[in-house]
Amino acid sequence: MELQTLTYLVVGASFALYIGIAFWTRATTTRDFYVAGGGVHPVLNGMATAADWMSAASFISMAGMIAFMGYGGSVFLMGWTGGFVILAMLIAPYLRKHGKFTVPEFIGDRYYSRGARAVAVMCLIICSVTYVIGQMKGVGVAFSRFLEVEYDTGLYIGMVIVFFYAVLGGMKSITYTQIAQYCVLIFAYTIPAIFISLQLTGNPVPQLGLGDTLVNSDVYLLDRLDQVVTDLGFREYTTDVRLSSLNMVAFTLSLMLGTAGLPHVIIRFFTVPRVSDARYSAGWALVFIAVLYTTAPAVAGMARLNLMDTMEPQPGQYLAIEERPQWFRNWEKTGLLGFEDKNNDGRILYTANEAENELTVVDQDIMVLANPEIARLPNWVIALVAAGGLAAALSTAAGLLLAIASAISHDMLKGMIFPAISEAQELLASRVSMAFAIAGAGYLGLNPPGFAAGTVALAFGLAASSIFPALMMGIFSQRVTREGAIAGMVSGIGVTLFYVFQHKGIMFIPGTDFLGAMRANWFFGIEPNAFGVVGALVNFAVACAVSAVTAPPPVAVQQLVENIRTPDHAPRAHDLELVIHND
Amino acid sequence: MPRMDRERARQYWRRNIALVSKLLCVWFVASFGCGILLVDVLNQIQIGGYKLGFWFAQQGSIYVFVALTFYYAKRMAALDHEFSLDDE
Repeated sequence: MELQTLTYLVVGASFALYIGIAFWTRATTTRDFYVAGGGVHPVLNGMATAADWMSAASFISMAGMIAFMGYGGSVFLMGWTGGFVILAMLIAPYLRKHGKFTVPEFIGDRYYSRGARAVAVMCLIICSVTYVIGQMKGVGVAFSRFLEVEYDTGLYIGMVIVFFYAVLGGMKSITYTQIAQYCVLIFAYTIPAIFISLQLTGNPVPQLGLGDTLVNSDVYLLDRLDQVVTDLGFREYTTDVRLSSLNMVAFTLSLMLGTAGLPHVIIRFFTVPRVSDARYSAGWALVFIAVLYTTAPAVAGMARLNLMDTMEPQPGQYLAIEERPQWFRNWEKTGLLGFEDKNNDGRILYTANEAENELTVVDQDIMVLANPEIARLPNWVIALVAAGGLAAALSTAAGLLLAIASAISHDMLKGMIFPAISEAQELLASRVSMAFAIAGAGYLGLNPPGFAAGTVALAFGLAASSIFPALMMGIFSQRVTREGAIAGMVSGIGVTLFYVFQHKGIMFIPGTDFLGAMRANWFFGIEPNAFGVVGALVNFAVACAVSAVTAPPPVAVQQLVENIRTPDHAPRAHDLELVIHND
Repeated sequence: MPRMDRERARQYWRRNIALVSKLLCVWFVASFGCGILLVDVLNQIQIGGYKLGFWFAQQGSIYVFVALTFYYAKRMAALDHEFSLDDE
């Protein structure tokens, strides 16, 4: 069947499935809307968390980043998985025990202050909006590349789909569509990886194939990769450090703390019945994530080797322009690959030397998107990759939008402005906020601000420096006060934003980077995306210092902290419904 | 909360903190230790086609994370039971 038709069929079928699930799992109470009724099985919640978590960046971009960064790309692999260990041990079970609907609500209760809750809402919105722009772009890009519709049209279609299930069903529909989306995206990711591993090494398990010898040879794949990249002047693949060891530690830690502080991930753990389920559920989420995250380095290394072999078929003999393969021509049209025959020898010279290099454009995303074509896999695999990319972007967008919408309807409207509104009115308000959040995210996707590229890593730094320390201190200290928490959050996120702005421009406007982008001015050589950990340290220090000179929290709050530390008598679905009936 | 219960809750919390501290040490050594700070030393050792440090950074640390999370959940379930805090 024609590729185009097949892609429409596969993507169309996956969308029909998501909408079907939305109708089948409509929300009828605010508890359904915010926490899916609170009765999601821990394994299913783990699967939904994995889809919620793995964004367009994980699916489309990460393997490509690692392919060109080599060992340095490990920061993403360790950072985006290791955070779940922190989440499971330091955050999720205690917030589940508290048993409320949103992250700012916990901060408001623990720090006995509407002000703290309002600051948490602001931090949540800054982190989540930064993150959601990337997802909306991912939706538009996936549509325009695979279905050859306009970027804008693709984005509108994506918005309509998310609107259906997020507005109708809130967390309840989002949970079940995320489970379906996980299945789609994991097949789409692993099937091409298995085929490529088989072709290169004869080993069907990509995780083992990367450490195996090449077919019909006793040379290890990684040794050959190291050799071909260094021959062309690039740094050795398996030892290419990103800037410095300190920078790698800071970057990895920022991504980990950000993972444990991103509200759209934390609220997923409010949907399981018991505290012990929240702990296991984090483990299951990590298993489902690890399937993709341990496959990604294999995809990265193998795709890089395929690219090198394509560009230099024989040692010293570069690819002739006339002989370039069909996939190369296909992706040239999208602008993701491009060459310029600088020395007019009819060949594309690929080298680390910028002045001589003739492969002038090679977008990192191509390493995943073009993978099935490079490996000459059947058309249905290419169609599946399209559906997988869309599933990854839509599932994360829906989770983020729910976090934003619930912060607006539950924390701001119900919690601060109109505390008297009824259950039905709040449910309506949450649907309306969701609709507005989708429209806002769509607008930003259509008119991406200059900083949209590469902001996903920044969202983690912001969450690491603001929300994570406030949550952790709220659980592990009874002494941190309202004033301390507010000062800590404001200074943590402030320092991080200030550092990013001074090196990348105020709101990323070129020319306003008053300290310059140059590395000489970086604090201990730490790049702006890795600065969240410094922001987190500032947050901890300021919060402790301010708490030491302010009045200790009231006794009721100290009891609240003692209560969340033990897992018994966590509020359940039926407890809350009783409360509603008593009202 | 009655005084005895409070004392037991504190004991439970101390046991939890002790477990978390141990597991976070493993977490740190597997990722930041083996994957970043000691990577050059470990790269001297080769397992199949993988240099060991590189393997920890791109594969091994992730497997350790999964094992740690499940081990924690299991040990805490046992601790909940010991202190009769299971939430049934």
